[in-house]
Amino acid sequence: MTLKQIEGSHGVAEAVALCRPEVICAYPISPQTHIVENLGEMVKAGELKAEYLNVESEFAAMSVAIGSSAVGARTYTATASQGLLYMAEAVYNASGLGLPIVMTIANRAIGAPINIWNDHSDSMSMRDSGWIQLFAETNQEAMDLHIQAFKLAEELSLPVMVCMDGFILTHAYERLDVPTQEQVDAFLPPFEPRQELNPAHPLSIGAMVGPEAYTEVRYLAHAKQMQALERIPEIAADFKLGFGRDAGGLIRPYRLEGAEIVIIALGSVLGTIKDVIDELHEAGQKIGVLGIISYRPFPLEAICEALKDAKKVIVLEKCFAVGIGGIVATNVRMALASTGQEVLTVVAGLGGRAITMSSLHAMLQEAVAGRLGKLTFMDLQQGVVDRVLEHERNVRRSGPIAESVLRDIGAVASKIS
Amino acid sequence: MPNQPIKFYQTGTFTIGNRLLDENNRSVQATAARYNSLNSGHRACQGCGEALGARYAIDAAMAAADRQLIAANATGCLEVFSTPYPETSWQIPWIHSLFGNAPAVATGIAAGLRSKGRGNVRVVAQGGDGSTTDIGFGCLSGMFERNDDVLYICYDNEGYMNTGVQRSSATPPAVRTATTMPLGAEPGNVFGQGKYLPAIAMAHRIPYVATATVADLHDLEYKVKKAINIRGAKYIHIFVPCPLGWGSASNDTINLAYMVKECGLFPVFEAEHGKVTGVSKIRKPIPVEEYMKPQRRYAHLFGKNPATETIAKIQALANENIQTYGLLEQGAK
Ligand SMILES: Cc1ncc(C[n+]2csc(CCOP(=O)(O)OP(=O)(O)O)c2C)c(N)n1
Ligand code: SF4
Ligand SMILES: [Mg+2]
Repeated sequence: MTLKQIEGSHGVAEAVALCRPEVICAYPISPQTHIVENLGEMVKAGELKAEYLNVESEFAAMSVAIGSSAVGARTYTATASQGLLYMAEAVYNASGLGLPIVMTIANRAIGAPINIWNDHSDSMSMRDSGWIQLFAETNQEAMDLHIQAFKLAEELSLPVMVCMDGFILTHAYERLDVPTQEQVDAFLPPFEPRQELNPAHPLSIGAMVGPEAYTEVRYLAHAKQMQALERIPEIAADFKLGFGRDAGGLIRPYRLEGAEIVIIALGSVLGTIKDVIDELHEAGQKIGVLGIISYRPFPLEAICEALKDAKKVIVLEKCFAVGIGGIVATNVRMALASTGQEVLTVVAGLGGRAITMSSLHAMLQEAVAGRLGKLTFMDLQQGVVDRVLEHERNVRRSGPIAESVLRDIGAVASKIS
Repeated sequence: MPNQPIKFYQTGTFTIGNRLLDENNRSVQATAARYNSLNSGHRACQGCGEALGARYAIDAAMAAADRQLIAANATGCLEVFSTPYPETSWQIPWIHSLFGNAPAVATGIAAGLRSKGRGNVRVVAQGGDGSTTDIGFGCLSGMFERNDDVLYICYDNEGYMNTGVQRSSATPPAVRTATTMPLGAEPGNVFGQGKYLPAIAMAHRIPYVATATVADLHDLEYKVKKAINIRGAKYIHIFVPCPLGWGSASNDTINLAYMVKECGLFPVFEAEHGKVTGVSKIRKPIPVEEYMKPQRRYAHLFGKNPATETIAKIQALANENIQTYGLLEQGAK
């Protein structure tokens, strides 16, 4: 075990390399680039024995991964944002075929308007694709989740996405604990595929399935995710035994005892939220935090249990379903369907807008005072929105929306305060 | 094979001539122990050129690879008619993923095999003209550009047959399809620049590119076997008539595949590293009409008022091929 001062992307690349991937496919998109660049370097330098393919698109990246996984090779790729959407058809295909590919998502907003900064819209667009989705809170956890992901994927023959916040994590330098090869080897056995294209025993994979069996095949995909619900905490416990630290699991409660208000979130923003909550505790306000690590499968029961003492639940999410509201919140409401607990949605951090401690403080004080609405867009510049809407009412040829907003704000560089 | 002077008395095909050949030169299909890689029982239409082409090609590949073969298949007729759940006609390891990604899946298979030290297993990707020339074109070009160790076979029936005979970028001019009806000023498919994939494949300078038809079994098998034994990216474009989509008689499949070559519309050749190295000469030149007439997809050009101008334009395309590829024997007219 060695502590290294390295970039998050570099740490993830090291963790992936320690898992002995046999095929890696890469197509660049910010903020994922450094991960695959680092892996490419290791392969070129001969430190990592793997097939490294520079492909012509993300659709090809996932398709190559499907092919290599189907011959029983441990396969890894990474993408983000537009890349994930571009490979969408193959993403569904990989899970439908039950191929245990591991993919990092360096979470980034989706265009238009094109935006390279962090939010969770990309991963959320694939939430129903049949992939397991794990969200990392820190770079250490991102590394550790990759090691767990290969184990989980290969046990269940299901693909796993490890989601980490773009730039906030991928480009942050910090001290990371890089495990030894022996530790990882002891934890992660060689890949023993459930299905394999092999001339010694020919089989057909990917046949057409009609109404007579499609439901059963889809149900089995669900049943496997339900198995994952059990395996994820067990694998995290195993991991702790081998590596001596907590990482992974389904959810991560923080200061829930006696908390009437609990705030739920995914990913790196949990760190900021916990800092705010610590300050509030000092001031005597008991607010708890619940991090969700496993978004798919979604731990309905574990969340319901963890929230049993909460009067009010605030879901702070870096994404939203246009035309209805929160995505994570909708799932949390389902977990609390029988309890009647109030669930409020706060959409924050879209397209990289900083979620500041002062904004969190203000939002929580609104919540404490009972003034926080069902759906809030944190730090929304209402004036700008109103003026654009007003302009549209008055002028038929009002022009492109994004450009109207930018003109109104008059900012060239993104403002984060 | 393609350049071998014709020594037999037959003029049409080699099928009878096979018996006169040396054991080693007999076709894979002629042996009792042929692989039947695509076995009987599949759901292709009667006289389907694609079913025939796939059996010929994959059996030849099996022979050349000593059974160490894996295939990736694009969505399309071949995929649908060969694997109606829970049945499969494939006797080889076979995977279908999507319509547009067969070349990339094959790249992954080859990479996976290499990583496992099993590079002796050969990899084929196959699809129809739609998946090859349109939706899978990006993946195919990528596979070529990287020179991945994959043989890609396109079964060209000149349209999207599986979805009900729509136009693809391989559909020839004037042809009637469900999306290019014989109506208006320019009935049928428009005259465009065409997207001739064999030439595009050659432009990638990959080790081997060839065209073939289901009418010449020996030539087709020779090319597949040759390709399987080459490392790197290979492309074979096989002309496969589709009785259902073309409105042709089931028993005309071989004849049409023969005539398309003889009239010059489909040059049969092979190329290495971007240069043509062999051409199957036209043996009995025929006008394009003779090839077109038995197909209802061209019916609007004939009848009481034949579209002579359009037919002349199609003949001009054939003539251009004859020139470009030198399809006529020296001295022939
Ligand atoms: C992404 C996507 N778009 C469209 C389709 C529908 N589709 C399936 S097969 C097919 C036509 C196949 O044509 P071709 O590749 O020429 O093969 P053929 O059936 O003619 O042998 C189409 C359009 C699909 N399956 N996937
Ligand atoms: S529609 Fe054409 S390609 Fe498809 S099975 Fe029938 S004959 Fe073959
Ligand atoms: Mg076709």
